Amino acid sequence: MKLLLKNGRVIDPSSGTDGKLDILIEKGKIVDIKARIESKGAKIIDASRLVVAPGFIDMHVHLREPGQEHKETIATGAAAAAKGGFTSIACMPNTDPVNDNRGLTEYILSEAKKKAVVNIFPIASITKGQRGEELTDMADLVDAGAVAFSDDGQSVESSQIMRRALEYSKPLNTLIIEHCEDKNLSNEGVMHEGYYSYLFGLSGIPASSEEIMVVRDIILAQEAEANIHIAHLSVKGAVDIVRNAKKKKIKVTAEVTPHHLFLTDSCLENYDTSLKVNPPLRSKEDVQALIQAVKEGIVDVFATDHAPHTQDEKDVEFDKAPFGINGIETAVSLLLDRLVSKNIISLKRFIKMISTTPSLILGLENKGKICVGADADLTILNLNKEIVVDVSTFKSISRNNPFQGWKLKGTPAMTIVGGKIVYPFFSSKSL
Amino acid sequence: MAFKHKHLLGIQALTPSEIITVLDTAESFYEISTREVKKVPILRGKTIINLFFEPSTRTRSSFELAAKRLSADIVNFNQQTSSAVKGESLKDTILTLEAMNPDAIIIRHSCSGVPHFTTTFCQSHIINAGDGSHEHPTQALLDAFTIRQEKKNFKDLKVTIVGDILHSRVARSNIFLLRKLGARVVLVGPPPLLPLEMKKFGVDIGFNLDRALEGADVIMMLRIQMERQQKNFFPSIREYRNLYSLTEKRFRRAKKKAIIMHPGPINRGVEISADMADSAKSVILKQVENGIAVRMAVLYLLLGGKKREAFA
Amino acid sequence: MVEKIKARIMDYGKIKRAIQRMTTEIIERNRNLKNLVIVGIRTRGIYLGKRISKLIKELEKRDIPVGVLDITLYRDDFSESEAQHMVKKTEINFSVAKKDVLLVDDVLFTGRTIRAAMDSLIDLGRPKTIQLLVLIDRGHRELPIRADYVGKFLPTSKREVVQVQLKEIDKIDEVLITEPPGMK
Repeated sequence: MKLLLKNGRVIDPSSGTDGKLDILIEKGKIVDIKARIESKGAKIIDASRLVVAPGFIDMHVHLREPGQEHKETIATGAAAAAKGGFTSIACMPNTDPVNDNRGLTEYILSEAKKKAVVNIFPIASITKGQRGEELTDMADLVDAGAVAFSDDGQSVESSQIMRRALEYSKPLNTLIIEHCEDKNLSNEGVMHEGYYSYLFGLSGIPASSEEIMVVRDIILAQEAEANIHIAHLSVKGAVDIVRNAKKKKIKVTAEVTPHHLFLTDSCLENYDTSLKVNPPLRSKEDVQALIQAVKEGIVDVFATDHAPHTQDEKDVEFDKAPFGINGIETAVSLLLDRLVSKNIISLKRFIKMISTTPSLILGLENKGKICVGADADLTILNLNKEIVVDVSTFKSISRNNPFQGWKLKGTPAMTIVGGKIVYPFFSSKSL
Repeated sequence: MAFKHKHLLGIQALTPSEIITVLDTAESFYEISTREVKKVPILRGKTIINLFFEPSTRTRSSFELAAKRLSADIVNFNQQTSSAVKGESLKDTILTLEAMNPDAIIIRHSCSGVPHFTTTFCQSHIINAGDGSHEHPTQALLDAFTIRQEKKNFKDLKVTIVGDILHSRVARSNIFLLRKLGARVVLVGPPPLLPLEMKKFGVDIGFNLDRALEGADVIMMLRIQMERQQKNFFPSIREYRNLYSLTEKRFRRAKKKAIIMHPGPINRGVEISADMADSAKSVILKQVENGIAVRMAVLYLLLGGKKREAFA
Repeated sequence: MVEKIKARIMDYGKIKRAIQRMTTEIIERNRNLKNLVIVGIRTRGIYLGKRISKLIKELEKRDIPVGVLDITLYRDDFSESEAQHMVKKTEINFSVAKKDVLLVDDVLFTGRTIRAAMDSLIDLGRPKTIQLLVLIDRGHRELPIRADYVGKFLPTSKREVVQVQLKEIDKIDEVLITEPPGMK
């Protein structure tokens, strides 16, 4: 079965390609890229006035399966990802049980193979049960298919264990991802500490709780000469720390989420629990610093930290609501509207940060690029279409998204995974 | 003059003239509690639910008496007797109560924002009787009513608020109200309980009680919660008392006619010495008395004279 | 909102004479003036009450106390009216128990105000008697209430408005019949 994309504006940051090209796909791979391709028997997709990009990769997703399938499953999370324009997602290990062994990793991969419409890359936990006490069998997990390690949801509290993990990760050529939060400082906090937490009478999570862990991890990574990836960077101080580390050529990368870029702590005035997230929505100054960091390239990657929770779980007292935003279906439109169409970053840069760079950081072969021989994972964008966010159309089981009703310009038009159109959701026979 | 709110969630949402309307209305209600028949029929047939998820005697009773003196029917629910202990969600508890067709629900909860959350799914008038560390609007209104009895004009007043400002809903509501009415507010307390960023509320911040009391017209003492000490917000009760307890010697730094307020319950000998609490300068019991008139005014302004449909 | 004035029913002189006549009647009917107290219904009842008290003082050398009654909290049309009524103070600095209370209002119309006033008075104490004085009785009663002293009976249509204006607050003494705008 052949697929021929015609007349699309193909942008591939890895090769610097940006022009009107046809792409021919066969057996899940890109087999030809030229100005004009004719191919008998190929299904033709007219991509004129659309942008064809290497498939988007979200390296920070919570799929909830196994254990919390009422929030999200591998299948629904993957469908949500496809609708959101992502062809690959990396899922965090804080399931129940925690993905800390070969069995779980293999289970996720086999379920994904059966049910997921996008590529699923499991991230295993750094410590057993994410308890911060003993390292997992990292080599075995890498062998089973784990692409990175993280105790996401919390930091590895012990500096010693973090140091060992970084050291151990190095020869495995794998990556440690850290959720940076000093729990002693964040304590019972539910929002960013500052003027608004004092105004709303909510317990604060200080910026220092993130900064201290970012500093610690960078120092440890430097010492171990290992790679460290900082998940969901959210405060100005942490941005400055990462900037300095990059100047010193320390191997640190960082991601930022759309919600940390486009929402602030002041939004919590109505105690809307769909805005309760960890790290919390930060101050206006922090948001400005994050946007500056995106412009400068201090932040490498856009990731969603897609964290589904049901309405019932969120419909409670603010203090008691779970942290998390369901963001995978709104991320691309938000970033296109708020950053690209406002010329804060170029389209090429956007694609680099959401496809090229994440594939390099996670070491995903044949992904994040458009070239002959690469996997036919493609995200097709319509930059001119305006959408209104409507959570009722979500493919995710959960609806905890605070952007309901936002009007956004630019949206994924089609998602192709392994040469198969997975969004919009046609029946596969029409291919 | 008018008071056009469906709910009373906090002082922050009120304009200065609305605050004055509440205080003026409370003046008219004050007299009713001095009558032999302490009851007027204005809220006859209205049902009010007192929903307290936190122990409280004075606020709950004060609302209860206020409602009764306006002839409303009031039902008390507290955590011990409600379904909250059986694992029912807050929303379900409130929806269940709302199915009984109350006109207003008065809510006290240990989590900030619960009254706001309630308004998202509830049709009744919601009155905040204290939410977490956020607001306690009727306390600030009764404090203002008491200050006005003694001082007349808010504009030239220096009000010193002492204690655990960070966790105090009483402090927050009072800060918002006093600033709206133009009083000068000075906050004083141990630094971990008094973030400097609170200056943005338009107040002065200090850590030395003696200095903060200099020339004060009103001294508002806050209750210090003993469990804060366990979290190291201050080293010891002894140290707290030494630095922040209102004693007669310290009181002399304030204006001669200064008044002493406390929202209660008092820790005698901790935040305030016994002789100060009982002195002629103390208006603590006056505050309790005025609470009823102010809450009558609030219930009247929210429930009186308007059809429910008007908000539909 | 321009109201149309339809007729000027009473002027300064007519109001003065009506009050004088009613005062004489009060003195005749209340031989024990010592037991009489006056309660004026906000707002214009207060000033009529004060004028009567002053006249009794001139004629009989007796001080008759005048109290102020705010009936907002006793209204029965409360939840039906959209506008919010500001509650004002009731200021009665004497006991009404066992007294002959002269209730004073400017206009008697449906009788609902007087019903509310009597409920309120009885909550304040148990008067020996309650008598009612009004400057204008315009008819259209909805309750079995009548006045003991009436300045002037004035037949009106229901949609007309009777306005009593008194010098103390309106700078002029007069009674007008007006019609609200938008009515034919």
